[in-house]
Amino acid sequence: MPHWNKYLNLSAGPLLSIIVAMLIGAVFILAIGHNPLDVYYLLFSETLGNSYGIGQVLFKATPLIFTGLSVAIAFKAGLFNIGAEGQLNIGAFASAWAGFTFVSLPWYLLIPLSILAAFAAGAFWASIAGALKAKFGSHEVINTIMLNFIALALVSYLVNNVYLVPATIHTPGISPNAVLARFDIITGLFKGSPFNISFLIALAACIFMFYLIKITPLGYEITTLGFNRNAARYAKMNISRLTVAGLALAGGFAGLGGMNFVNGYKHYFEIGFSENAGYVGIAVALIARNNPFAVIAVAIFFGVLEYGGLTINTMVPKEIVTILQGLIILLVISLSYLFDKKNFRIKHSPAIG
Amino acid sequence: MDEIFVIAFTFQTLRITIPYLLPSIGGVYSEKGGVVNIALEGILLMGAFFTTLGTHISGNIYTGLLFGMAAGLLTALIHAYITITLKSNQIVSGIALNILALGLTKFLCKIVFNSSSNSARIIGLETLDLPFNPFLLVCLIVLGVSYYSIYKTRFGLRLRAVGENPEAADSLGICVSRMRYAGVLISGLLGGLGSAWLAFNQHSYTDGMTAGRGYIALAAMIIGKWNPLGAAAACLLFGLAESFTLQFQDSAIPTQFIQMLPYVLTIIVLAGFIGKATPPAADGIPFEKKD
Repeated sequence: MPHWNKYLNLSAGPLLSIIVAMLIGAVFILAIGHNPLDVYYLLFSETLGNSYGIGQVLFKATPLIFTGLSVAIAFKAGLFNIGAEGQLNIGAFASAWAGFTFVSLPWYLLIPLSILAAFAAGAFWASIAGALKAKFGSHEVINTIMLNFIALALVSYLVNNVYLVPATIHTPGISPNAVLARFDIITGLFKGSPFNISFLIALAACIFMFYLIKITPLGYEITTLGFNRNAARYAKMNISRLTVAGLALAGGFAGLGGMNFVNGYKHYFEIGFSENAGYVGIAVALIARNNPFAVIAVAIFFGVLEYGGLTINTMVPKEIVTILQGLIILLVISLSYLFDKKNFRIKHSPAIG
Repeated sequence: MDEIFVIAFTFQTLRITIPYLLPSIGGVYSEKGGVVNIALEGILLMGAFFTTLGTHISGNIYTGLLFGMAAGLLTALIHAYITITLKSNQIVSGIALNILALGLTKFLCKIVFNSSSNSARIIGLETLDLPFNPFLLVCLIVLGVSYYSIYKTRFGLRLRAVGENPEAADSLGICVSRMRYAGVLISGLLGGLGSAWLAFNQHSYTDGMTAGRGYIALAAMIIGKWNPLGAAAACLLFGLAESFTLQFQDSAIPTQFIQMLPYVLTIIVLAGFIGKATPPAADGIPFEKKD
């Protein structure tokens, strides 16, 4: 089994990071007078030990799969997408807008339209950074950060000044025909959790990315660009077009991430729904090493942390999991230096500007 | 416009500008040396919380200030260690530190003040003190010292050298790591100072009180073309715009569009529409010494 070694090597760094982060977390837990073993036992048993918990975990993991894919596809093209947070918000708003605007459409038209709107809006938002890079050479790192804040201000304007339902902070509800059903209603499993069909869209997106990279010419060109910019230039690839396409795909994936909340859970768009999923997506892609299937596993682990925080909140402030998330990322990039210097580190450490 | 209004408006503008200006100049130091410091937002959060904590415990603002600056320095030290010593990716380190700071401040706030959203009230400084406000004086001193130290001293020359061409600097016997540490640590101190002002001015710590100021400081640094004076001018511009929206709430322009201003301007400047904004050549690139 020659592959086992490879996979073991690849996962050693992340696994060790998780263990060390949890040890540091244990110090915090001890310091406030609780037994870390009790707390961690509760965290894992309440998340993975019953079908409601698993449903909650998968619900929390769904947007992280999308934002993880978003950052991963951009990395494949040698681009650093820090803009998933903004793209997620723009996409979510677009999906809600489609849902509450075209209320008379039947579900088989309205759901594809919502998916299209979310993808297109996210893709458009990210391609602004792509076009700026292609045309003016300005770096996507700072531009995607700036576009995040512009996106948040824009959706805040749209919700508060244009589409507000009075006395709330959300838009009107979407048509019942735009709703992505919850699994507890369809299957009876995961009772009470908002885990819904958008998880299947996330899995489809992973498969889509896998085949895009593996067999399509565009995927080949994107990988070449990410691997070696000069090689792509020699091969007469259109680098400007690839830059825009890479970021547009990234934005599209992130844009779909909001459907989990909008179409699957609350059935409206609300300011602040994203809970930093765009930034956590960076961690997901990094640990998954841009592999679309590994993204699913890592997103589920982060889902465990996010929902797990709520389950231990009576003993330890739930923010302990945010601390763990930050520590895991720091440790992953630090340990990679100590372990495999060659493979793990991002080659194009981007300067700002 | 009467005189009282003009004075009030000026004070308000300065009050808003201070917490942009100090971290922004911090960012200039860090990036001049070649380290991108997205962790500024986390530095501000940590600084604001620990300033509040120090003041709350001791009952005096000087201890609070010390706590705040120490927290900023420590956060910057982690960023420096990971990016300079371990040569890891600067952007990822910054984002991770921002997530860590977000979690840590909320966690500690709940432990100490029994609420994850706000602290108890602290003494702080009154806004009305502004004409004699020590922070304003500190800002002016920092501005002058930063310009002088970056462009007129040997320290500044070396800092700029390791940010522009670390190989050449190294071959001339300059310790690249030490200079880069200096740049990042100064940004931590200035960030801590800026966020102490936020805490004193608000008389408390509240969840997410930095509200993206670290990123705005970075934006100002870029618009100011990595020059402390330019950065300060950009901060003042943002302060004016924000003060304007506070003053004219019902104006024709929705506040969200004013909020976008720093970010839109940054994109425009980066695209080269207003002169060319060129970062230090080795900004963001870890230095690997060739043996």
